[in-house]
Amino acid sequence: MWKTFVAWFHRMGSPKWFYEISGRWIPWFAAAAVLLIAVGTVWGLAFAPADYQQGNSFRIIYIHVPAAILAQSIFFLMAIAGGIGLIWKMKVADMVAKSCAPFGATMTFIALFTGAIWGKPTWGAWWVWDARLTSMLILLFLYFGVIALQSAFDSKQSAARASAILSLVGIVNIPIIKYSVEWWNTLHQPATFKLTEKPAMPAEMWMPLLVMVVGFYCLFAVILMLRTRNEILEREKRTHWVQGLLSKES
Amino acid sequence: MMNDATPRLAQKKQHIIRREEGMQVSSWHAFTGTLKRDLLLVFRRRSDVVNPLLFFSIAVTLFPLGISPEPDFLAQIAAGVLWVSALLATLLSLDSLFQQDMADGSLEQLVISPHPLAVMVLAKVLVHWLVTGLPLTLLAPMLAVMMFLPEEGYSTLFLTLLLGTPTLSLVGAIGAALTVGLRRTGVLMTLLILPLYIPVLIFGTGAVVSAVNGMAVAGHLAIMGAMLMTALVMAPLAAGAALRISLNG
Repeated sequence: MWKTFVAWFHRMGSPKWFYEISGRWIPWFAAAAVLLIAVGTVWGLAFAPADYQQGNSFRIIYIHVPAAILAQSIFFLMAIAGGIGLIWKMKVADMVAKSCAPFGATMTFIALFTGAIWGKPTWGAWWVWDARLTSMLILLFLYFGVIALQSAFDSKQSAARASAILSLVGIVNIPIIKYSVEWWNTLHQPATFKLTEKPAMPAEMWMPLLVMVVGFYCLFAVILMLRTRNEILEREKRTHWVQGLLSKES
Repeated sequence: MMNDATPRLAQKKQHIIRREEGMQVSSWHAFTGTLKRDLLLVFRRRSDVVNPLLFFSIAVTLFPLGISPEPDFLAQIAAGVLWVSALLATLLSLDSLFQQDMADGSLEQLVISPHPLAVMVLAKVLVHWLVTGLPLTLLAPMLAVMMFLPEEGYSTLFLTLLLGTPTLSLVGAIGAALTVGLRRTGVLMTLLILPLYIPVLIFGTGAVVSAVNGMAVAGHLAIMGAMLMTALVMAPLAAGAALRISLNG
């Protein structure tokens, strides 16, 4: 088990192998993403029962919660990939870390934006300076910092390693976001999903949400692989196999 | 230290032993050596010490002029204004941390020396705090008078700045190290560092506000202490790694 994992890990380090395997995976993930997001959206927006207090406005959680979960997961992945790149000098890990940042920033923005839209009718304000909201805003700034640092270096290797350090430092924010609703008295409600407890809402409400979360993860996988493949082609354009690929295409 | 005598064959073994002992001692020597050198450099360029303090004073002055000189109103925003200004003054002074050493090549000597880079980074950060954070902390109570901060807040303001400004210097060193090899660093460094400064700001201001309202501040101070300890352990390592990257790229 461990040996197969190590072998897989080492093979993952080869840009060519990653390019080939991701080419085979993308259609499956893309199909799953389309299916799950379509089912989740229709189920959540049209068939899930309305909330007894908030009416229909609660339905924005079918976008808000997946986006917020993704925003944190992506930062985590970016830091882990960056750390792998720093320690084992793996080129693919650097490229994965780089490809994470823009989509993560987008997800953070969507979470904040949908939260504001939901907050206006429910809390009566677009924005409150609450621990959960503020720490998400910091996360957005951290993403911007990583993106800015990536484009500031001339050498791609230095850019990848510098932004890896920044994302590893910035990861202290992730537990703060996660537990902000428990540590402080916040206006924001506690976590929707927990591993140890049953969700507070009925199954007809959280099932479509779960479908959406999985769908968003599949979408992220597709976008991550597409971006990493682009990155691989750009950085490896002088190698034989990319040249061969290009001559086959044209 | 580089000035080891050339070993004669008969003394070689003893020399190696002595050298190994010397390596163990000299991590501390590297620390004090960097400390002394940087303090001397700062002493020769005294304007670097004064400028952040002037910035701090001027920035604080802007708020009564720009918003309202009403004492009641100023008393409410005093803690926040002082903390934000101290934070910005620290941020602007971070350029001096590695930039000069990068320009004259001594930073490369630090990086290739056999001693742990983090130790020397820590020495540099300590000097930076001694010449910016500490004076800011000492100056803040005087500016607090001008901002009509209620009396109950003074000792807490002083304590939070004393605990918070070293954290700012330590975290800032990471940003300074990441950007030291780049051409235009100012705005980029702000973008990298300010998000990481926000927790310090929140607890610093929160403690002073609690003190003014007659509530307990021990919790805030404990968290600030914890942030300082974490930064003290992690930041020199991260800044050292960042320096190596900046010098390569």
